Amino acid sequence: MATIPAGTSYILVEHADGTCDPRTFELIVAAQVLGPVTAVVVGPAGAHEPLVAELAAHGAAAVVGASAPDYSERLITPEVDALEALATAQPGAIFTLKGPRGSEIAGRVALRLGSGVVNNVTGVDEKARPSVSIFADSVSTTVEVSGDSPVFALRAGSVEPLAGAAVSEPAVSTLEIPGASPRDVRVLSYTEPPRSDRPELGVADVVVAGGRGVGEEGFAEYVEPLADALGGAIGSTRDVVELGWVPAATQIGQTGVTISPALYIGLGISGAIHHTCGILGSQTIVAINNDEDAALFEVADLGVVADATEVVPALVAELAARKG
Amino acid sequence: MPAIVALMKNVPDSWSEQKLNENGTLDRDSVDSVMDEVNGFALEQAVQIKEANPEAGYTVIALTAGPKAADAMLRKALAGGADKAVHLNDAALAGSDVIGTARALNAAIDAAIAAATPGEDLALIVAGTSSSDGATMSLPAIIAELRGIPAVTYAVSAQIAGDELQAKRVAPEGIFELAATLPAVLTVGEQAATPRYPGMKALLMAKKAKITALTLADLAVDSAQVGRDAAWASVVDAETFPPRQAGDVIRPTDAAEAARTIADFLAAQKHI
Repeated sequence: MATIPAGTSYILVEHADGTCDPRTFELIVAAQVLGPVTAVVVGPAGAHEPLVAELAAHGAAAVVGASAPDYSERLITPEVDALEALATAQPGAIFTLKGPRGSEIAGRVALRLGSGVVNNVTGVDEKARPSVSIFADSVSTTVEVSGDSPVFALRAGSVEPLAGAAVSEPAVSTLEIPGASPRDVRVLSYTEPPRSDRPELGVADVVVAGGRGVGEEGFAEYVEPLADALGGAIGSTRDVVELGWVPAATQIGQTGVTISPALYIGLGISGAIHHTCGILGSQTIVAINNDEDAALFEVADLGVVADATEVVPALVAELAARKG
Repeated sequence: MPAIVALMKNVPDSWSEQKLNENGTLDRDSVDSVMDEVNGFALEQAVQIKEANPEAGYTVIALTAGPKAADAMLRKALAGGADKAVHLNDAALAGSDVIGTARALNAAIDAAIAAATPGEDLALIVAGTSSSDGATMSLPAIIAELRGIPAVTYAVSAQIAGDELQAKRVAPEGIFELAATLPAVLTVGEQAATPRYPGMKALLMAKKAKITALTLADLAVDSAQVGRDAAWASVVDAETFPPRQAGDVIRPTDAAEAARTIADFLAAQKHI
């Protein structure tokens, strides 16, 4: 059985190929407001081992490796089973990362534990009351959540991953979770999302995003070269993800990633509320679009009414020239 | 005939101004409401599964919970291929959190099947991946938990083969081919099959069709488990942010001028 510090909160670690998704560290920071943090790694046996040092360095007081023998054939339910078992044995607030996976896990766990759940949280106070931005980030609400183990799906980019809160000797333990039940789906095949050398969208300092206006080929021809010239990540809109032009992981906004980079540049993006609600935390917003009625101009610090496909090559050259 | 239930939701039009009531619940009366776009895809998926499996003889039931205005959305669903429409409308539902809403909808699924196709079993519940307003992103999966059945979420395509649902899930973590034993929950996004344009005949039929009305009294749900008083999460405080101000908008004469201006701006802001 797992070794858990008194008064702990739990965070669900997002990980792949033996490394943590950096957004996991934001969960630790958000949860630390409530006391010591237990990082829960769910995967095949031993999956937590390569992650312990990284998690402790970011402030996890304890690490639990929860494993199921049939983990690779299942989806979402192993994480729900693990968090349910831990919080049933020792109640505590639970933090997951908002998204198709983390938000579903949060809802399921809350139901099983008889606690409230709040999605799209930007932080919690010391009374475990979460802040939630609603109405396209125009209103911030404070929510009262009942239950011994309130569940929060944290929006990435909401808190700064702190440096210097390292834990030198985290308590490491393991937990075996049961195999599949009738409520499981079966994974027949899995394809990894395309990986790139560019920074992760949710944590990048610079994001260059493309919309329908750049065209299908425009991502390779304009968005990517400008992102690379600035050392940034690629972003996109729901439209172009649905058209299949770019991977789902690039989608910014309501049903995608919320970003707060130092610089966001939108190319050929009209600025539908579903997209702009995900970029309002950006320090500087630049919009390039040949449609001068584009709503994105209303939130941009600099708007350029021009064809992105003409401006971007000139801008990439200009940036290269200034770099020397 | 076994039932496929498509969950529908009327949402505030994203372009209208939204606000909260005094008690922290969503003001659903002051805004224009429209059918949440993603529901059209969920319904289309339900209808296509029915059409692809004529031997199974599925009945597609469009089900919604919400105020009276949702009737118009249900007529749209009937025109778009739903066989039956059921509307759960009860003032006591207001202020429910996601778990209370899931409990009410879950009970309404059974009541809707009993009313629309008595004696038949549930085969599939189809919903959109995520609503554009509340966006708790977990309601369909919570219904699956309540029923103890599997949920395939964020699917871009789906079919039924025998007693199994097969679907492709596309999520940031990767692409999954999944299978689940029926009955099951399925959620689809806007990458799934595009909703059809109803013909004149379908529109006329939808206009005349009967919509079954339900209240909480018709459901096998504990009324202490729904509504604002039962909510395990409720808003206690709200603060409005100042809107972001628009900056300069320039209309450069050529690409080189545009590039210079942008680079100067980025340098001034210390981004390069």
